[in-house]
Amino acid sequence: MTSVMIDTGNYIAAKAAVMCKPDVVAAYPITPQTTLVEGIANYVGTGEFKGEYICVESEHSAMAACIGASSTGVRTFTGTSSHGLLLMHEMLHWAALARLPVIMCNINRVIGPGWNIWTDENDSISQRDTGWLQFYCSSNQEIFDTVIQAFKLGEHEKVSLPVMISYNAFILSHTSMPVYVPDQKDVDNFVKKRIPKWKLEVENPITFGNIILPHEYELVRKEMQEAQENALKLIPEIAKEWKKKFGRFHGDLLEFYKCEGAEYILLSMGAIGAESKVAIDNLQKEGYKIGLARVRVIRPFPIEEIVKLGKKADLIVIDRNISVGMEGALFSEVKSSLYGKTDAKVHGFIAGLGGKDVTFGDIETMCKKAMKGKTKDHQVWYGLEEV
Amino acid sequence: MAIKDLPREECYLPGSAACPGCPATMAMRIVFKAIGKKMVMIVPACCTAVIESIHPKTSFNIPTMNIAFEAAAAGASGVEAGLRKQGREDITVVAWAGDGGTYDIGIQALSGALERNTNFIYICYNNQIYSNTGIQRSGATPYAAWTTTTVRGKTEFRKEMGEIIQAHHIPYAAQACVAYPEDLYKKVKKAKSIKGPKYIEIMAPCPPGWRFGMEKTVEMGTMAVETGAWALYEYENEKVTFNGKSKLILDGKIERKSIEDWIKYQGRFRHLFIPKKDVKRLKEIEEHVDKIWERYRACYL
Repeated sequence: MTSVMIDTGNYIAAKAAVMCKPDVVAAYPITPQTTLVEGIANYVGTGEFKGEYICVESEHSAMAACIGASSTGVRTFTGTSSHGLLLMHEMLHWAALARLPVIMCNINRVIGPGWNIWTDENDSISQRDTGWLQFYCSSNQEIFDTVIQAFKLGEHEKVSLPVMISYNAFILSHTSMPVYVPDQKDVDNFVKKRIPKWKLEVENPITFGNIILPHEYELVRKEMQEAQENALKLIPEIAKEWKKKFGRFHGDLLEFYKCEGAEYILLSMGAIGAESKVAIDNLQKEGYKIGLARVRVIRPFPIEEIVKLGKKADLIVIDRNISVGMEGALFSEVKSSLYGKTDAKVHGFIAGLGGKDVTFGDIETMCKKAMKGKTKDHQVWYGLEEV
Repeated sequence: MAIKDLPREECYLPGSAACPGCPATMAMRIVFKAIGKKMVMIVPACCTAVIESIHPKTSFNIPTMNIAFEAAAAGASGVEAGLRKQGREDITVVAWAGDGGTYDIGIQALSGALERNTNFIYICYNNQIYSNTGIQRSGATPYAAWTTTTVRGKTEFRKEMGEIIQAHHIPYAAQACVAYPEDLYKKVKKAKSIKGPKYIEIMAPCPPGWRFGMEKTVEMGTMAVETGAWALYEYENEKVTFNGKSKLILDGKIERKSIEDWIKYQGRFRHLFIPKKDVKRLKEIEEHVDKIWERYRACYL
């Protein structure tokens, strides 16, 4: 029977992960991920988690241990944040190139210096090119559902890639919300036993990861790209299956909110994505023809869906990150998706860096400026720049 | 046990990419024989990552996983946990790393795995340099040795990794040398029989790295022990027991040979002899080795 659990994003993520019965969890604490790993440690104490829990001495080792475990064919999970994610960087590439479906929650936190534990998305955005699938959540229920779906997706034979589920520091990681928790047996039925693409076994001794010549290496990269493209099809399928079984749907690659007849579509992610719904409600009440497409997945990037939006409306993008020297990542990628395919205008804002609060009022202001044509060619720093 | 009594089965296959006279492959062959085929090996960046040859071929007949330079021990922790979860505790997990991956970049992960009581054998084949990248200094490079990053000779003495390992109070650690394969075999065999973290370090004189002829690997290894530059011992149940020639030196039954007799055959120390003898540095080297043995005697006799 489904039960309701009222808890923070981190404890909810821990619950979801444990319900997927990973064989090995290797993790290192970092604010604000700590309660996630403590949550799993608690399940070790209660006996609810029966896997191996390795308390490693760094995030680099956390990912290395997950890679080691995953290479024996078992299911693995970990969590991190900010500097922890950055320390893992080398091993993120390693997991993806080795095609090992490590599942990881990343709590989006600012990168230092100076020290700042609030949220922005530069940590995970800077890991876009590692080959991981990347999800961004906007509620605790979505965290719960996405973690479980991620195991099914990452371990799918057509994908076999690691998956990162990101959510905002404190706004989600430390905020309690009610979450529907399904029966264990229903989760068991949804996420089947992992069938690995390859594994270390004494009965079939292979050498994995030795020197590889350019042509073969290029093929490895191409296969990764194809796996990401397969995920583009599988994410909606899995979301649909989840909806059918559990009755909940958070969108697939994007979540569309009141987009019918819209002349403008707002694109945002994570907690700003949730806040954007309130803004859209208010703007529509004022008569603005604007809808929301909350971006849930940035790897693989939903190019086709973005093009479809661009054919119907002008786009407004809010980035809680910046690729310094260029612009926000979503802004860049949306424009690059549209290139040569539509004449849609794309308005861009940078907002909420360093954990600066972004309210629905702020979002309304940004959208109004865009709709009144009061933006610039470059992405506007909301609150720091006059437009 | 004599060499002829070692198991005949070879898991180190012909056709590897090792240099002629490579000590790593000599050691590995013995390790494979001692552990047998129920073994999984984790290899970080080091010469072995080249020796194992080019994908899709391999020179090892045991499952091998390459991992990043600093990650061997952490990767091994994961492999061990994964196998244990599947009830495969009969498989010996071996991390096989060079001195760069052990003394320097990998020391954190190694220390962590030892402290966590990971059930594995960590083997460091120590050729006293970053050899795979073309002979740069490591924390294991001896004082005054030339490397491409210490062109006038290294100005610091090497770390005592064995003592760092002992500070973790693990069930078993040992120092061995490629020149004594029976001793290495026995030590690996013993490590395999013990549960928990085990550490074995193998002195591995490297012909191109040390600048000596490829036929002299064994001789350079023997001399390393006879001069006291390297000690053979076991650390078990908190107790250090020297063995072979090292025990005779410790007990004062034989004098250690002069380091000079060893290093004069190594091109990496050539600048200590040509154009004229560097008496000062040679003396410093001898004194340093004497000091190490004084400490060994104070601690372990």
